Amino acid sequence: MNAIEVTGLRKSYGQVHAVKGIDLSIASGEIFALLGPNGAGKTTTVEILEGFRTRDSGSVRVLGFDPRDEGQAAREWRNRIGIVLQSTSDSGDLSVIETIQHFSGYYSNPRDVEEVIHSVGLEEKSGSLIRKLSGGQRRRLDVALGIVGNPELLFLDEPTTGFDPEARKAFWALIEKLRGDGTTILLTTHYLDEAEALADRVAVINDGRIIEVSPPSTLGGRSTAMALVTWREGQEIKSETTNNPTEIVNKLSSHFSGEIPELTVTRPSLEDIYLSMIGQTHE
Amino acid sequence: MNKIPSALSLGMRRGGLEIRQFARQRESVVFTLLFPVILLVIFGSVFKDTIAPGVTFSQYFLAGMIASGLVNTGFQALAITIPLERDFGALKRLRGTPMPASSYFIGKAILIIVSMVLQIIMLLGVGILFFNVEMPTDPQKWLTFTWLVILGSACSTALGIAFSIVPKSGRGASAVVSPIVIILQFFSGVFFVFTQLPSWMQQFAAIFPLKWLTQGMRSVFLPDTFATQEVAKSWENNRTFAILIIWLIIGVFFSVRKFKWDRD
Repeated sequence: MNAIEVTGLRKSYGQVHAVKGIDLSIASGEIFALLGPNGAGKTTTVEILEGFRTRDSGSVRVLGFDPRDEGQAAREWRNRIGIVLQSTSDSGDLSVIETIQHFSGYYSNPRDVEEVIHSVGLEEKSGSLIRKLSGGQRRRLDVALGIVGNPELLFLDEPTTGFDPEARKAFWALIEKLRGDGTTILLTTHYLDEAEALADRVAVINDGRIIEVSPPSTLGGRSTAMALVTWREGQEIKSETTNNPTEIVNKLSSHFSGEIPELTVTRPSLEDIYLSMIGQTHE
Repeated sequence: MNKIPSALSLGMRRGGLEIRQFARQRESVVFTLLFPVILLVIFGSVFKDTIAPGVTFSQYFLAGMIASGLVNTGFQALAITIPLERDFGALKRLRGTPMPASSYFIGKAILIIVSMVLQIIMLLGVGILFFNVEMPTDPQKWLTFTWLVILGSACSTALGIAFSIVPKSGRGASAVVSPIVIILQFFSGVFFVFTQLPSWMQQFAAIFPLKWLTQGMRSVFLPDTFATQEVAKSWENNRTFAILIIWLIIGVFFSVRKFKWDRD
């Protein structure tokens, strides 16, 4: 059974059509990234799946449950999911361990608190009050609270915003560990390298619709895209777009009889593909 | 697979957490808990008149301060802090967990009851030590006192949670809530003898719980002979009970139906 099943999802705010008919299937155990510019409908979609917003039409099943239902069944459902919201800042008068300990009490089968603290790398801040944490440390606490309930499905809304590169790498390792445990993860992110490093599949969403769903390596025909070869010839930078870059490099190599001045061979990055898909170009 | 903890047990846990958080916020401890005590000291020291044979203004004011303490620690504190928690995103995060809304409300009620008990002890202590207020000896009066505190706290908690949907932002909340409380205190016979207020003020105040709480507290701390000096020439405790119950129902209804977990 799929962890998430969405068909024909629509949502408007007055005259603004935020989501204009989205279909989405996310398999159990999959790590799925939702990419899109601000205002594309990402947050609205995710918040409908999380049960924070109502929908206008369409059908939604998250772990077999309709998120708009309430009551005891909703508690059972929330017991199986974890949510890391975009921006949360608590009053800060509790320590890291007190907060995680308290939240762990909400769930039927929580993870070990010490282990959670260790996995987000907050061991040294365990006894500190939340208000004394840096932005990145608070974000790691958010993640800790999202996973403490040992969820089958984890929502991560821009989880690494404000992380330094080292913390991001550590976070990616944590996600890989959760993948190993079989956790399904729906991730929204602004960082394309993050989507590329983590996601099994990526959906690009723009203007309320999904443009494409595919593994990051083949998104937008990326794997078959032509390579760009550039080099210097006298005062001039020359370039050629080709399906056979090796052949061109060979020719150039014999032409220059050895080293080719300022040679580059590039294929479009995920970012190039993504920007062209949402109709923007590099500045 | 273990079972999800019950709403009540999570409510108790939330109560413990709320108290711990509250105790660590020194400003709120001073403002919410000590403010009524400070007011009692000031008013009790300034106004030393006797307002009826055997009744000092201090006695009258102590009854009023205990009643408005119920409004301060419950209604006012909640209607100001809940919008702040909402702004922080703390409520939305709670909403995303299996913790039910009722546990959150139970936690708040526990915090209010505990801070109310502390405040009453301080107010009575100051009243006895510095203003020679005599404690009632009739057990019937203490029974009245007990139901007033329990029902008053419950009412104040429910109305505070319900009113938390009104302020648009956490920062603006105290500007919306505090004037309401202060005006009600003036109109309800906390700072002045109620029967000396203009009748339109008395009638306006009679709609809201604070007037009835102060009157009920006077029935506990003032001699029964004073009852004839009240508007209805009696303590009207049955009516107080009924009006508090009505407000409690209104508060619970709006808390359950309209509570906002998110800013939008």
